[in-house]
Amino acid sequence: MKSRNPLLSIVAILLSVVVFLVPFAFILLTAGKSRQEASRLDFTWPTQFQFVQNFVDVVQARDYMLIIAFINSTILTVASVTIMVVLAAMVAFVLQRRRTRWTGFVNFLVLSGLIIPPAVVPTIWVLQKLGLFRTMPGLILVEVAFGLSFCILLFRAFIATVPRELDEAAIIDGAGPVRLFFRVILPLLKSVIITCVVVQSVTVFNDFVNPLYFLPGDQNATVQLTLYNFSSSYSTQYNLLFMDILLITIPPLIMFLFFNKRIVAGMTAGAIKG
Amino acid sequence: MSATGPAPAGRKRSPYPIWFYLPAAIVYAVLFLVPTVTSFYFSLTRWSIFDSQFIGFDNYVTFFQEPALVSGLWHTVVYAVVTSGLKVVLGLGLAVLLTSQIIGRGYLRSVVFFPVLVSTIGVGLTFTILMDPEDGLINESLALLGIQGPGWLTDPSYALLSVALVDVWKGVGLATLIYIAGIVSIPQEYFEAARVDGASAWQNFRSIVLPLARPATFTVILLSLIGGLRSFDLIWAMTRGGPGFTSDVIASVIYKQYQAGFYGLSTAGNVVLFLLVTAIIFPLSRFLNSREVDL
Repeated sequence: MKSRNPLLSIVAILLSVVVFLVPFAFILLTAGKSRQEASRLDFTWPTQFQFVQNFVDVVQARDYMLIIAFINSTILTVASVTIMVVLAAMVAFVLQRRRTRWTGFVNFLVLSGLIIPPAVVPTIWVLQKLGLFRTMPGLILVEVAFGLSFCILLFRAFIATVPRELDEAAIIDGAGPVRLFFRVILPLLKSVIITCVVVQSVTVFNDFVNPLYFLPGDQNATVQLTLYNFSSSYSTQYNLLFMDILLITIPPLIMFLFFNKRIVAGMTAGAIKG
Repeated sequence: MSATGPAPAGRKRSPYPIWFYLPAAIVYAVLFLVPTVTSFYFSLTRWSIFDSQFIGFDNYVTFFQEPALVSGLWHTVVYAVVTSGLKVVLGLGLAVLLTSQIIGRGYLRSVVFFPVLVSTIGVGLTFTILMDPEDGLINESLALLGIQGPGWLTDPSYALLSVALVDVWKGVGLATLIYIAGIVSIPQEYFEAARVDGASAWQNFRSIVLPLARPATFTVILLSLIGGLRSFDLIWAMTRGGPGFTSDVIASVIYKQYQAGFYGLSTAGNVVLFLLVTAIIFPLSRFLNSREVDL
């Protein structure tokens, strides 16, 4: 490897500030400005910060829609990721351990789930037939269906590294399939489960398209949709729009600060196996 | 094996029962497979959710006769190829930089990757404002340098490419990450041998990194093509397909036709997207996998 190159480092750091940090600084500064100042769209220091005022205004807008949206997004994220992870782990476990004539077909379906774009209106039609259209359970199941493939690939790769001797020992001790899976295998998957949960939580939390199609209506809004509403009804209130952007950036930021390594592991492992 | 073991119970009861597939299979089949399969039928109908009337290929005829819709097909391909190409080039460049001995490496890796995790709509709205032709930060900065910036999102010839650039800004961190993983897994002996031979940095890159990072390149290409072909949120947040229809892609056409109540036409758009994706991705992944290199 080359020795440290100070000139290159300085150029890289300066460029990274201009390209990647300035947009975030712009969000932060505009979120703290008064309405008139924000409308000039300048990248300037506000004459006076009014973060608290803007925060209160955004939260109170449209009958506390943002609070409702945060609750909705939390329910959606927690429920869909939990279901997704358990179901995917079960599939990955059997898929990796047992070869049957189904194995090839299941693998094909898993890959298809990653590649094929979902058919929107027919999905609405199915949800309507089931009475799940415009309902939170409906959207949760949709997120589960679309997220399964990624999790299965991630888990299958990891389960391949868990020695089969463990299974055999548990079976000799009299464990049935359910005990074997939930008591022996699942606890061993802890690290990959964290990875999967973090990556999928960010994905579902940031999802805009599926709530837009499958859960329309103001009282059902998820956080991404409030942004979309704010941008039209507050087209002149940029300070509030950016305060909203700032608020919905915080959960991914927290995930990033705590789980940076896990996210990186998941995204690269999942990607390279896929 | 002890007598209390599970052995005598059944013919051969596997500890890996097939019914473990069942819960996932039901959700997946009902909400993904059924819609995908029925979309072929519904795309041949005039459809209002409650009843559908078979009209043959009329929707497709409409789709391919309407210039606004056909251009969406073309834009989708352009968008996917441009974003995927830029992510390969920039991702590889950044990964080489960020695996070298550089000051602030951890900071740089974090800052390049973080946009991947941020809400696409948030990024889209922010850049819409930064790209404002008069008051936007980008054009104001360019004006300071004496350059007259274009109307990024308002000029029909730039709108699609401007959105593609923002897509690259947001997504290049993932490409970089995949390349870093690829480069780190190259055995150090290659670099040591090259150093003994007195190879330059460029020769290192040409003859070691580039060929041995090929699996990473394939992954980046496939992932960004899959993402680019179905891309919707960023385009919707930034231009809504405009000005005119100059940045409409198939996914935004699907949404517009759905909103307008043309469910059959919208579903035909979906089938076109399905065919486009499978026609590009499946052969490409087969081709790329057949050229996998051994480390």
